[in-house]
Amino acid sequence: MTAEVAAAVAAPDSVAEQRIAVATQWQLMWWRFRKHKLALGATFVLAAFYLVAIFADFFAYVDPHASNAQRSLIAPQWIHWFDEGRLSPYVYGLKGARDPMTFKRVYKPDTSTKLPIVFFAHGEPYKLFGFIPADRHLFGIEGTDTAEALVLLGTDVQGRDLWSRLMFATRTSMTIGLVSVALSLVLGVVLGGVSGYFGGLTDTVIQRIIEILRSIPTIPLWMGLAAAVPSDWSVVQVYFAITIIISLIGWTELARVVRGRFISLKHEDFVMAAELVGCSKPRIIFRHMVPSFISHIIAATTLAIPAIIISETSLSFLGLGLRPPAISWGVLLQDAQDVQALVISPWLLITAFPVIVAVLAFNFMGDGIRDAADPYL
Amino acid sequence: MVAYIVRRLMLAVLTVWAISVLSFIIIHLPPGDYVTSYIASMSASGSAVSEGEAQALREQLGLDKPITVQYAKWMELVLQGNFGMAMEWGRPVTDVIGDRLTLTIVISVAAIIFTWVVALPIGIYSAVYRYSFLDYLFTFVGFIGLAVPGFLLALIVMYLGFAYFGANVGGLFSPDYAEAPWSLGKTWDLVKHLPVPAIVLGVAGTAQLIRIMRSNLLDELRKPYVMTARARGLTEYRVITRYPVRVALNPFISTIGYLLPYVVSGSIIVSLVLSLPTVGPLLLKALIAQDMFLAGTIVLLLGVLTVIGTFISDLLLMWVDPRIRLGQR
Repeated sequence: MTAEVAAAVAAPDSVAEQRIAVATQWQLMWWRFRKHKLALGATFVLAAFYLVAIFADFFAYVDPHASNAQRSLIAPQWIHWFDEGRLSPYVYGLKGARDPMTFKRVYKPDTSTKLPIVFFAHGEPYKLFGFIPADRHLFGIEGTDTAEALVLLGTDVQGRDLWSRLMFATRTSMTIGLVSVALSLVLGVVLGGVSGYFGGLTDTVIQRIIEILRSIPTIPLWMGLAAAVPSDWSVVQVYFAITIIISLIGWTELARVVRGRFISLKHEDFVMAAELVGCSKPRIIFRHMVPSFISHIIAATTLAIPAIIISETSLSFLGLGLRPPAISWGVLLQDAQDVQALVISPWLLITAFPVIVAVLAFNFMGDGIRDAADPYL
Repeated sequence: MVAYIVRRLMLAVLTVWAISVLSFIIIHLPPGDYVTSYIASMSASGSAVSEGEAQALREQLGLDKPITVQYAKWMELVLQGNFGMAMEWGRPVTDVIGDRLTLTIVISVAAIIFTWVVALPIGIYSAVYRYSFLDYLFTFVGFIGLAVPGFLLALIVMYLGFAYFGANVGGLFSPDYAEAPWSLGKTWDLVKHLPVPAIVLGVAGTAQLIRIMRSNLLDELRKPYVMTARARGLTEYRVITRYPVRVALNPFISTIGYLLPYVVSGSIIVSLVLSLPTVGPLLLKALIAQDMFLAGTIVLLLGVLTVIGTFISDLLLMWVDPRIRLGQR
């Protein structure tokens, strides 16, 4: 009887223990990460952001560059979700009229026309991934011209649709973080690795360089470097120039993490064992040492991305980063620079939300990965 | 102790040199020099500059010499306290920068003081009352503070001030005092305007410091000596403030070294949004006009000031931490 109870109690326990015993390091990490609800939520948020980045053409419903002076600064449209008790979202049509006092063209919702919003609507044709022709958009208005009728988040001074611009800005800003962090990672891992593994004079020199770079205020430095980007460069060239500039200074933190790991692992028994067996240096580094701290690098990398996103946004906001016709969060926020304009059309500040949400999400996810990667913390 | 100071001092000097080279390189990166952009702006306004005139201008400014000579010449002047002419303004750089640099320092220091005053008690509270409602609240606010870039916060503050209070929260002086010479009234006016930029600048750093203080103190609170102190019957307040807080404070001070470049850097961009009369807007203008002496001087001076600040924090660290003072490192 007692034996039975004991077995029943012990059984699920030992099954769990067995699972843990045979799980790979990555599985253990995933299980720990899964428990971190905030980090998990942040991961989904980021996945959504990158979906938008990949399928920006699909999420946008008009050409983000199409300007129309007539349609300058239209306020965001209110979506009415229910029509006569049924879920069928619609917006009111826009009625343009001239203000008799200011002679400015103002748009008001025309309550007599209901325009139903259709999901997966046909709209402007575009090329998915640059080569697959498509014309479906996440939503649109069938029947009339979507570009005329729908202004979900309002328009900017030049009458360009803010929602569509925001979708494309997400693509630019979210990828610039990735590209830039990849560059920083290469620099950080190589220099940090060399510094940590070889030690001695090399280590001292690299550490001093890092210390010097970290004690310089970055924004003036970035401003100086970014101001040097020739004004006749194409959007793509500027994009890569800015990524390089940001990563040139951003690698130091990653290098510190990598160096710290190398130093702590250098004296581990398994490294010495590998040395005694006669493994070559690259083999020791890449086959034995790197796998044991790759998770830390992933965590540090994730935590480096938000800083990069903020840098790009700040630079573009100043007019020194990406320049129109490129669309990024910073470029969009440039329109919000003037407070007086902002008071009249507060929707121009809407870009602040994706910036804050993305940065928060990266921070939460990075924290989650770091906690999952290091059980001893 | 002396060795520690000497090492720090040498590093500081090395950093200053690196900054001088970097700032000089930056200014020379853009294609063309000041004369090219001067010609462009002249021809835009209708008057032409002849080839000979351009050449004369280049010679006068020393732009025709090799870059190393230009650097040496520049450094020589800088060491004499002569930062050259701000070409666009036609006045000495020191004149143009003038009060702006002082105001940059004032704002940065105010931001750091704000950071300290807020982060220290909150950090201690969050560690002592871990997982309490306020701890969660502070953590949450801290995360937001980290996620909102300074200029965005400045924009939001400006917008709210304008939309709901009808007041311009930007600037550092009231219109009456903006052009007035320094006086007691003007200083008081400055003090009244300081909180908004100081808070905007300090929020991100505060969030960081709260987290550092909290985790440091948590580590210390677990240690046996805390229990010993408690067992000896010290009041809880004395137990915490006399021992663990003092130990946890050490990394707190050393972060100032990292915080200062960050704050100075942030002040540049925040100043632009809040239209503060610091060197920020001046730097942007100088860079756009490719005014190398002005931009170079600003980057150099900002860097040097930051290095001095960092050095002071190193000395402070030595004063607080006997392990460093007694050379146990």
